[in-house]
Amino acid sequence: MAARPAAARRSADGASAEHPSGDARFKMIDRTLKRFQYQQDALIEVLHTAQESFGYLSEDLMIYVAQQLKLPMSWVYGVATFYHFFTLEPQGEHSCTICMGTACYVKRAAEIVAKLQDEYGIEPGETTPDGKFSVAAARCLGSCGLAPVIVLDGEVMGRLSPDEVLDQVKERLASKKPQSVPA
Amino acid sequence: MNRVELQNMAQAETERQNAFRCRLLCCASTPCLSSGSTAVSEAMKQALTDGNLDAEVEVVATGCMGPCSRGPLVTVKMPGQEDVVYEKVTPEVAKEIVAKHVTQSKPVSENVLPADMPFFVKQKKVVLANSGQIDPERLEDYVARGGYAALAHALREMTPEEVCATLTKSGLRGRGGAGYPTGIKWDLVRKSEGDKKYVVANGDEGDPGAYMDRTMMESDPHRLLEGMAIAGYAVGADQGYLYVRGEYPIAAQRLQRAIRAAERRGLLGSRVLESNFNFRIDVRIGAGAFVCGEETALMASIMGRRGQPVPRPPYPSERGLWGKPTLINNVETYGSIAPIILNGPEWFSGIGTEKSKGTKIFALAGNIDTTGLIEVPMGITLREIVYDIANGIPDGYAFKAAQTGGPSGGCIPSQFLDTPVDYESLGALGSIMGSGGLVVMDERSCMADVAKYFIEFCMDESCGKCVPCRVGTVQMHRLLERITDGSATFEDLETLEELCVLVRDTSLCGLGQNAPNPVISTLRYFREEYEAHIKERRCPAGACEMNRIPVQELNTNSRVYSQNGAQAEPAQA
Repeated sequence: MAARPAAARRSADGASAEHPSGDARFKMIDRTLKRFQYQQDALIEVLHTAQESFGYLSEDLMIYVAQQLKLPMSWVYGVATFYHFFTLEPQGEHSCTICMGTACYVKRAAEIVAKLQDEYGIEPGETTPDGKFSVAAARCLGSCGLAPVIVLDGEVMGRLSPDEVLDQVKERLASKKPQSVPA
Repeated sequence: MNRVELQNMAQAETERQNAFRCRLLCCASTPCLSSGSTAVSEAMKQALTDGNLDAEVEVVATGCMGPCSRGPLVTVKMPGQEDVVYEKVTPEVAKEIVAKHVTQSKPVSENVLPADMPFFVKQKKVVLANSGQIDPERLEDYVARGGYAALAHALREMTPEEVCATLTKSGLRGRGGAGYPTGIKWDLVRKSEGDKKYVVANGDEGDPGAYMDRTMMESDPHRLLEGMAIAGYAVGADQGYLYVRGEYPIAAQRLQRAIRAAERRGLLGSRVLESNFNFRIDVRIGAGAFVCGEETALMASIMGRRGQPVPRPPYPSERGLWGKPTLINNVETYGSIAPIILNGPEWFSGIGTEKSKGTKIFALAGNIDTTGLIEVPMGITLREIVYDIANGIPDGYAFKAAQTGGPSGGCIPSQFLDTPVDYESLGALGSIMGSGGLVVMDERSCMADVAKYFIEFCMDESCGKCVPCRVGTVQMHRLLERITDGSATFEDLETLEELCVLVRDTSLCGLGQNAPNPVISTLRYFREEYEAHIKERRCPAGACEMNRIPVQELNTNSRVYSQNGAQAEPAQA
């Protein structure tokens, strides 16, 4: 956090109608900001849009949002770190979310986590060093009828054994299809 | 739109539907979608096009039909005939349904769910009456089934006082879990003074194993909007907020579309149904924090802040969103409003038990044959739910416990299977009604492990504001970890019990106060299981790996362990 004030000042000089980087994705954020008339209460909505556009909330992005809403950086950082949904680290090309809700837990979802950990050496919330694959744990995806549930690249899958999950993941990683990034 | 136009719309839609020889309802709720219902409806449409039946038969994407584990589900509706429900429909079966059932009126017998199945017979659908019957994306479909008639009635025939009085008389209690009488709450907000008031629907369904609210929002969004609008009229608010969990993108999307559709027709927005009542609803999407289900935290989150609770009083009914009087109810509570207004409070209070009226939606999950969503009258026994509706436990295992109320609830053991399900009886057993998640566990589940799971959940979700919850849950988790890995002593068990009382009595909000519940209730009913972990270093259910040794040597007993634990008791499970 030490470098933050300096960074904030730097970006304050450059903040104008268009983001200095010329990155078109900032326009998405601007649209949401306008929709909520730059109300400070809309912070969570703006962060949602920011994460959708960029995949994660980088420091620069949070500074930008703070400036636009005229909120202290600490406030934005506090909100972004409070909610599980926001991530401050870049995510892998492919992602696998494992539901750890009660029903899935009773149906031994923990074994799926252990399997992926054995294979890729990452725990939920981490990304492989090559940036290919992220694993996350969700609280409950509300599809308990299909327990254990996983979400692989946005697709909900149910009733898979740990080995079947691993096969699916391997297939995705081998296909090299880049994860669709909303434009 | 006014009242007459609403009736005309209902009539036109009913006529349109009756013109079809057959209607194929295909479930498009999350569980069915992930088991392939999109392919099924595509296959049916294709088969209909091939058979030139497009004009006579309609394929409708509906909300949840109930037995989610048997999806994808398809209902065949023919005028003058009973509905036929198909389970586990594949694209091939779908084609067969079109070829045999639709054209020759011969049901494809293998996949038909019998209509007299206890799963359907024992239910009473009030809130979910439209779920699985209508297309949630079409306003007309909802209006054809009597939608917005309650709002029209309330606006024209009733004063706000009368609406509140009707609800008080009906005996409806908050469906979020605590069970506060809804009518009294509405009346409090109505009487609060303020130039602006707010109505909030709590759709932040955080309990793991619960998905009633998601299903309601996805399957019948207009019912919720109508309930909120009636609430707005009753308390004098002109702005509503619908707080939807971030994990439910489909629900949020459908609600947003439903709000736009209702606004276009003048059922929401300014001058609702050509009256002087204005009501706007905005959707707010949560960002994944369990504590935001607590009302003061939820309000903080709507205002774009960290979702941390504040002490009550003042209650939201006096000072809520932006300091104005605010009415907060669960999504399911709003879903019960319209039928009460239409059918009268006596009808509603005729269902259920003396103190718990009406019906309750439960999400059945865990080790049972049929998982899914059910709506049952209050007072039904757990045995009926587990053995009749859910069809028992598969693979010949025995029932061990039913967990209700999520991380704030408790486990109910088999000797209480005949307890009626209502607010008071569940409370007496040390559990709570909660929002309606019901997870059934068989003998393979270890109770200490389950308690550890819930404490881990609370530890993770604690907002960190008050010390007992922030620190207490961590320490409880550490103790439970010791118990489940075999390194606990009886002293640890005592400390755990002390901590339970401390955290319960001194935490700021419901999350902390109820966090020890799973531990307290499992200790109450399954104490010998905890003791087996400590004394014999074995897990009776065989779920825990007892690979550690006690950290403290007890002088009182003669057991001595070597450094690596090799000499431990031979009772390794």
